[in-house]
Amino acid sequence: MKILTGNDLKTGDVIWWTGSDWSRHVENAVDVGEHGERILHEEEATRRVNAPYIIDAEQTDDGPRPAHIKDRVRALGPTVRPDLTLKPADPEAGNWVI
Amino acid sequence: MYQYDQYDQQMVDTRVEEFRDQVKRRLAGDLTEDQFKPLRLMNGLYLQLHAYMLRVAIPYGTLNSKQMRMLGHIARKYDRDYGHFTTRQNIQYNWIKLEEAPDLLADLASVEMHAIQTSGNCIRNISSDQYAGAARDEIADPRPWAEILRQWSSFHPEFSYLPRKFKIAVIASEEDRAAMRLHDIGIQLVRKDGELGAKFFVGGGMGRTPMIAPEIRDFVPADELISYAEACLRVYNRYGRRDNKYKARIKILVHELGAEEYTRQVEEEFAHMKTLGLNPPVEELARITEYFADPAFEGNAPDELDLSDPDFKLWVDQNVVAHKQPGYAIATISLKPKGGIPGDASSAQIDLMADLAEQYSFDELRVTHSQNIVLPHVRKSDLYAVWQKLDEAGLAPANLDLITDSIACPGLDYCSLANARSIPLAQKISERFADLGRQRELGELKLKISGCINACGHHHAGHIGILGVDRKGTENYQLLLGGSAAEDTSLAKITGPGFDEDGVIDAIETVTDVYLEEREGDERFIDTYRRVGMARFKEAIYG
Repeated sequence: MKILTGNDLKTGDVIWWTGSDWSRHVENAVDVGEHGERILHEEEATRRVNAPYIIDAEQTDDGPRPAHIKDRVRALGPTVRPDLTLKPADPEAGNWVI
Repeated sequence: MYQYDQYDQQMVDTRVEEFRDQVKRRLAGDLTEDQFKPLRLMNGLYLQLHAYMLRVAIPYGTLNSKQMRMLGHIARKYDRDYGHFTTRQNIQYNWIKLEEAPDLLADLASVEMHAIQTSGNCIRNISSDQYAGAARDEIADPRPWAEILRQWSSFHPEFSYLPRKFKIAVIASEEDRAAMRLHDIGIQLVRKDGELGAKFFVGGGMGRTPMIAPEIRDFVPADELISYAEACLRVYNRYGRRDNKYKARIKILVHELGAEEYTRQVEEEFAHMKTLGLNPPVEELARITEYFADPAFEGNAPDELDLSDPDFKLWVDQNVVAHKQPGYAIATISLKPKGGIPGDASSAQIDLMADLAEQYSFDELRVTHSQNIVLPHVRKSDLYAVWQKLDEAGLAPANLDLITDSIACPGLDYCSLANARSIPLAQKISERFADLGRQRELGELKLKISGCINACGHHHAGHIGILGVDRKGTENYQLLLGGSAAEDTSLAKITGPGFDEDGVIDAIETVTDVYLEEREGDERFIDTYRRVGMARFKEAIYG
């Protein structure tokens, strides 16, 4: 599957395209199929997202899992600071990245 | 310490307001990201993996307590309560909001600090010896010269768009504590027949093509130092490769021309420069130098030290070095606790270090390229009190220059350029070698970890270096041996095929075992490696 990601222009937060809006949680990302480029340009023009790009991901029971480790780190947060990730209560969350 | 004059302050304040307007226009849609990106980078604001990252310049790594407290304030107010001290003596914040960046920069400007020229193809923050002004072995204080270079290079119109970024280091002792020969220009202050001047080394650097800077001039009179630096830059600016980012650093130009031909061209330019009268006026040199006068040391401060507390003794043995003034010492605060993140400090720790500097170190702190903090002027009789307060705050690891005092770049946990994580390796190594007795048995051992070939973690210069690479989407680590950033500068060599995370840590343990077996007398790891050679280590690692 193809999903869209970028950073919130104002806050810099990592965000994922949900089909109608942007979410901080990769679980909410949707497959954009062949429409990635069009959505990317439209959304960039709204200034809701900065530097968006299309990535490959795998659909899993827990939602989309980015194909590349770099995007998995982006999706979770720094593995060396579990308290600053999106899953601060789960010290094992870093294993999802690897 | 240097204090801004009206021009310095006006330049920084004006830049803050200019950037405030640029941010406003970006948020309003009047600037595209393509238009805005170079503007934010000129103000040190990157877009990294998780958020905007701001790199704040700390000129030659020197801070007063008010500035240090401001760094803590910024961590609390604008970031997530911590900052990361870098291998270029700066500090980075990882979670900055674009809309708040102008206010942050205004706060910084209020204590004579900024983030200008911490990115882009310009002359970056000047680095220097963290012991400057306190070291016994320096022939002069390098900081006035670093400050003059800072002023010369700030907004230098000719050097704002160089072929590539440009880094300068200034030292003033034979012992190199600033990785001087791994800079684009390394300047070593020297005396010749009593006259102060400088040796120039040009064309060093790490990154994907590491090179040790050759010496191109053994003596430039001190009052011509700026002109000579300008000549070096002019030749580079004219002939440096702009067609290929990977060949654009000055080291490539010096290598391709040959040091002799590059020097000839610099000398020709220098002869021309001399006719232009560009040297700073003598009275300006004197004015700047006055800011770096010795603090009011007590003439009869006691030189004895009560080392009856064994933990304190370990810290003194490892982290405290002799000061030029009897009765005083230079103390290094290690930011490398067991399992910690090299270079990270919480706002509370930053505040504490500021308090200690104010109370015990004539209001001064230094950031080291090894990602530690120095209190440069502590009375020996105050060391115990300083140590106790550091210990309470988790800031008293007694591991300076030992295997757990590793350098590590932010790596793939934060950096968009990285291919692999570097911090987890530093953490695991600090746990594997946690026993201080074992660390001390291994002695001086510089371990340096980079998460990509750009080498922010200085892996080329590690006695033991680690380079993280991407191997078919998986993190892989190459092991290197034999580098040094000190006066015996050398570049490390790759041992062979890479490892996974646990594998490289096992390999490091093997390497240290070989060292202990082969060591003769009081050889350091690097000495034994140089004597024995790579093959012995390689055989032990790969069988």
